[in-house]
Amino acid sequence: MDFSLDKKHEMARSLFREFAENEVKPLAQEVDETEEFPMETVKKMQKLGFMGIPVPKEYGGQGCDPLTYVMCVEELSKVCATTGVIVSAHTSLCIDPIMTYGTEEQKQKYVKALATGEKIGAFALTEPGAGTDAQGAQTKAVLDGDEWVLNGSKCFITNGKVADVYIVIAITSVTEDKRGRKKKNFSAFIVDKGAPGFSFGTKEKKMGIRGSSTYELIFEDCRIPKENLLGTEGKGFPIAMHTLDGGRIGIAAQALGIAEGALDRAVAYTKERKQFGRTIAQQQNTQFKLADMATRVEAAQLLVYKAAMAKANQKVYSVEAAKAKLFAAETAMAVTTEVVQLFGGYGYIREYDVERMMRDAKITEIYEGTSEVQRMVISGALLK
Amino acid sequence: MKIVVCVKQVPDTKGGVKFNPDGTLDRAAMLTIMNPDDKAGLEAALRLKEQYGAEVTVITMGLPKADEVLREALAMGADKGILVTDRVLGGADTWATSTTIAGAIRNLEYDLIITGRQAIDGDTAQVGPQIAEHLKLPVISYAQDIKVEGDSVIVQRQYEDRYHELKVKMPCLITALSELNQPRYMMPGGIFDAYDKEVTVWGRADLKDVDDSDLGLKGSPTKIAKASDKVRKGAGEKVVLDTEESVAYLMGKFKEKHII
Repeated sequence: MDFSLDKKHEMARSLFREFAENEVKPLAQEVDETEEFPMETVKKMQKLGFMGIPVPKEYGGQGCDPLTYVMCVEELSKVCATTGVIVSAHTSLCIDPIMTYGTEEQKQKYVKALATGEKIGAFALTEPGAGTDAQGAQTKAVLDGDEWVLNGSKCFITNGKVADVYIVIAITSVTEDKRGRKKKNFSAFIVDKGAPGFSFGTKEKKMGIRGSSTYELIFEDCRIPKENLLGTEGKGFPIAMHTLDGGRIGIAAQALGIAEGALDRAVAYTKERKQFGRTIAQQQNTQFKLADMATRVEAAQLLVYKAAMAKANQKVYSVEAAKAKLFAAETAMAVTTEVVQLFGGYGYIREYDVERMMRDAKITEIYEGTSEVQRMVISGALLK
Repeated sequence: MKIVVCVKQVPDTKGGVKFNPDGTLDRAAMLTIMNPDDKAGLEAALRLKEQYGAEVTVITMGLPKADEVLREALAMGADKGILVTDRVLGGADTWATSTTIAGAIRNLEYDLIITGRQAIDGDTAQVGPQIAEHLKLPVISYAQDIKVEGDSVIVQRQYEDRYHELKVKMPCLITALSELNQPRYMMPGGIFDAYDKEVTVWGRADLKDVDDSDLGLKGSPTKIAKASDKVRKGAGEKVVLDTEESVAYLMGKFKEKHII
């Protein structure tokens, strides 16, 4: 078993790192402060193919693998978690389901434009009354002639207003089981921005990842072509779950990046900051904290890369993704909190990146399946 | 048009420097990058390719590890890569290096050769012009802008407070400054493609019209007497004086050190 990356992955990592340092890091504070979506950065990433890394070349992508994509999200998130999640939601939650479940026509029409970055993608499952319990969803779709008519709303949608293509999960039928319990059957749809009856609600004001565009989506008799059904009618729930399995690897990579970024800053800062006549890095309390953080971060990285490789090798990766996300997210939260502590008062000041990183880390324990959901997935597999 | 670009894998100055016992650099033990001036030269070649159409061949001499720098060049958009590597070529100074590279380039067809002005490890700025000399080509050094017009190149050569504009018939050799341009990023797919491509590997036997006595450490007229890492300066002496006293203090120190 060899844990080292091969040369091409090493080179890809150095590319992402260089891009992140030169193009993303200088804007990170401003993006957080102004809560403005970093469109210029996205345009640069589009030119370099970052918006379609794991997509085959015939569909406009870079023809790389999930590991390369994960390293991109990781390196971006080291300096700016907002930029990391833009790429993650676009790639894992929008391109991936179309690549997996789409017809050839849908792939030609949508994946090509998404993978080149010409269009931005989003995914809409969550509703005000339906988070972890997706059965609580209310959004419905009814077939009317050659069109599906959507009614309802979705909330907390990443890339909300900037996206051009949305994967929307909606109820298409309600059936009763043997005991007479009602069960909602979902289907997945591809919805274009500008579809009649599709509008945006409020922009969410968030604790972290403040530059990402998080909006409510509203569907009022929204009409989309019949052929925009993604996969089989009634199979929307498994499509959504499979999509989230992949998405969790992306978010795990984001969390990993946040933790690594915070640790890097802690190493640099503690070597400079002097108290009681010597640097705080010379004090054993700091050394032990750094050692614990570095160990945790590396363990998180191994879990994230393992999940990415399971996806690359087309194995079932649901549990690997859940473990990676659970551990990486909790690592991000623990490490950033500890790093703020090491920075002392400066850690609490907005001028320093670590305060932002701590706010950014929290969401990784919540979105694309909370840590509690990940524990359900992992224990469910254990106790099966 | 056929363009040959010479690149060198150099130590990444961020990673610290290590030496062999003979005073030469221990390249295998250091983090490396593509020499910045060479990267600008490659970028210039790629822009000429986009503008006028060209085949860009990148050549490097070094350890087998120098393959990495060729892959980077291929990922940026170069068409071919050639690695010149052989134990007998090790420890080469600028003379032996330029002899080797010229011997390799004699196997190739070219209209234009671009090298970086100088490498950040040796800082000699000699290899480019020496290659031109070996190949009997005109050389334009310190290029800050390159255009092609018919069978000639028009080059702005940087010169202290001005630049010279030169029109030179190809084939010729240009040495590029890092200020020439901002080199492009690679693309992820380009990196994967670069590792699927073949890199040509040449040894001593593939060099054309060169003499063994001009190659490697033995063929190098330069002998390194001593090499060391940068010596850390002491903390120095801090004095707080008013202006007149400061001047008197400094003059005294200058006299003491025989500076004035």
